[in-house]
Amino acid sequence: MDLSYYPGCTLKTKAKSLEDPAIASMAALGINLVEIQRWNCCGATYSLADDDLAHHLAPVRNLIRVNEQGKNKVATLCSFCYNALKRANLLMQNDQEKRKTLNDFMEEEKDYNGEVEVVHVLEVLRDEIGWGNISEKVKVPLHGLKVAPYYGCTLLRPREVAIDDVERPTILGKLMEAIGAEVVDFPFATECCGSFQIVSNPDFVTQRAWDILSSALRREADALVLTCPLCNFNLSQRQQELRQKYSDFKGIPIFYFSQLLALALQLDPQLCHFELSYGEPLHLLKSKQLVR
Amino acid sequence: MRVEISSQRLQSDFVKKVEAISGQSLLACNQCGKCSAGCPMSFAMDSLPNQIIRLAQLGLEEDIASSNTVWICASCFTCTVRCPRGVDLGRIMEALRLITLRKNIDYVETANISTDTLSELPQIALVGGLRKHTA
Repeated sequence: MDLSYYPGCTLKTKAKSLEDPAIASMAALGINLVEIQRWNCCGATYSLADDDLAHHLAPVRNLIRVNEQGKNKVATLCSFCYNALKRANLLMQNDQEKRKTLNDFMEEEKDYNGEVEVVHVLEVLRDEIGWGNISEKVKVPLHGLKVAPYYGCTLLRPREVAIDDVERPTILGKLMEAIGAEVVDFPFATECCGSFQIVSNPDFVTQRAWDILSSALRREADALVLTCPLCNFNLSQRQQELRQKYSDFKGIPIFYFSQLLALALQLDPQLCHFELSYGEPLHLLKSKQLVR
Repeated sequence: MRVEISSQRLQSDFVKKVEAISGQSLLACNQCGKCSAGCPMSFAMDSLPNQIIRLAQLGLEEDIASSNTVWICASCFTCTVRCPRGVDLGRIMEALRLITLRKNIDYVETANISTDTLSELPQIALVGGLRKHTA
């Protein structure tokens, strides 16, 4: 089955390690992610000002692309893109006045009324493929690997875009169980990593990384598993600072869910681009005899 | 801290502007403090989120402008999903940032971001960060 797919800017450069194993895994599970034509940047953050409609144009144009290519559903992998597209779509569905202004402004486009459904690939794994079917396709169960699922913000908040329970999500943990990993629950699973503050206030992000990573380590997790390229960057790159600041901080590898899924499905490990990961993810996987 | 409250300030253009941009009613907040209790960035803020809302209710624009709080907010929406009064604090923080940014005052000087940092950061960080912190 084909499913329209919106990659976004970060996945084409910094987060190939999220995209490549996800596309290959989904294909192995029977769903071809077909990149939409002529997509543009989604704007990364959804405009929160009532009088600022201009910033809704970028995400809405992407939804128009999906619609004009004859599709009624689009999947995303990047958490930021998911949030921006999903919220812009809700605006087009629910706010008649703003919808009219935006449609009038984009005179060259066909009117858009929120016909497209925006989903995250994790939802496709849960709702269309199902944990049981994923389990059956696993060739290398990740036995012995203790992973702490980390959700971040944009897949869960605000409430109207949440792909799971806002306070107690289980979707990543269920996926990890389906591929044989041991799930470590920890209290910082839905707490913000500091997000875009990495640009202006990197020291504050270091503090967030410490709170999150040290909590996962106290629960004896071998690794963190997540979905968001910005969470991945913040929680990986800040570990250099943490090693200098806290002598007993031993570091912790960070995986995208798609990397672990691809490994469990015994796809080519090259697809996982572990060379883009901070630290020694391969060392950990070798020590658990999950890769050779 | 002594604060002068006047009906003039309570009905000021500032209060109207915050409510118009955010689409939120400031007086819906009854100062329970749940937003501040759950805020992951509060450790770096000089005023807590509920205190900023109180200052906004009272029209104390200068006190908000001299605080770092709205710039430290990471728009994580933890407060928004937890507010028992249905106040979307994420939108109020955005309105307060925009009131400064729309005067063409940046929070971050882009020229000071090193080339190394620029090449290292994921695009979503740069686009998101500069949209939140520059005019």
